[in-house]
Amino acid sequence: MDEFAVIDNCLMIRMPEEIDHHRCGYICEMADRYIVQQRVEHVVFDFEDTRFMDSSGIGILMGRYKKISCFGGKVFVLHPDRQIRRILNISGLGRLVEIVD
Amino acid sequence: MRNEMLLEFDALSVNESFARMAVASFITPLNPTLEELADVKTAVSEAVTNAIIHGYDNFWGCGKHGDMPPASQEIHPGRVRLTCRTEGDLLHICVEDKGKGIEDVERAMEPLFTTRPEENRSGMGFSFMEAFMDDLEVESRPGEGTLVRMHKRIGVGPWIDA
Ligand SMILES: Nc1ncnc2c1ncn2[C@@H]1O[C@H](COP(=O)(O)OP(=O)(O)OP(=O)(O)O)[C@@H](O)[C@H]1O
Ligand SMILES: [Mg+2]
Repeated sequence: MDEFAVIDNCLMIRMPEEIDHHRCGYICEMADRYIVQQRVEHVVFDFEDTRFMDSSGIGILMGRYKKISCFGGKVFVLHPDRQIRRILNISGLGRLVEIVD
Repeated sequence: MRNEMLLEFDALSVNESFARMAVASFITPLNPTLEELADVKTAVSEAVTNAIIHGYDNFWGCGKHGDMPPASQEIHPGRVRLTCRTEGDLLHICVEDKGKGIEDVERAMEPLFTTRPEENRSGMGFSFMEAFMDDLEVESRPGEGTLVRMHKRIGVGPWIDA
């Protein structure tokens, strides 16, 4: 599965072009499987290809943040476009994740 | 100029992207900026998704490429009605369902309030509709359904965010 890759203790997820409720279940399910089975510490979400995201994306990030932050893990957000940044900031999640361009 | 369209579709998650794309195409004559388009698409996606997953409880369908629901899952046959009207540079959007309705609308609209915390919902849907549109009104009656009305003036952005 090329959207998901484990490198050292990080799970890298290449996010799809559009992130809505229709697509988010699959991402959450796969991410949780990697987090539990491969014991990854950090999760990196790469939004390079993403052109649309609604609150479902916040749910994906928030859910994973809750799962790993209690073990000292961090959530990284790569290449968010302007709309994704706005969404992160409005939700307050922008303060909990590390944003990298 | 006044222009109106009405869409009615099954409460299925595949229709979430269809609905926001339809509205985005409908408003192109208003020459929206990219940011305005993104705002409207997000707001439509929030309202339509809420109708599908909360109004009608059709929560399945979160597959990679639109997987079909498990055979055991009952699908609510309900419909979502989306009305979109432009009057000059003013856009009106109305999303309506005949689903289960909301007991306490004020509480439902609070940021981070969700009745589905276990299913990766963040409770930010109404907050995004409020942030990205100029105006939001929600009417709901338990057992009867929910109506979400939103307005936004289009074409005021470019000189602000050039
Ligand atoms: N059309 C609707 N019918 C019934 N209940 C609704 C409807 N829309 C919203 N609600 C209720 O209002 C709550 C808040 O909605 P909101 O969109 O803000 O958050 P959410 O959908 O739970 O999470 P998110 O949108 O962040 O994924 C929902 O959890 C649900 O209980
Ligand atoms: Mg919602």
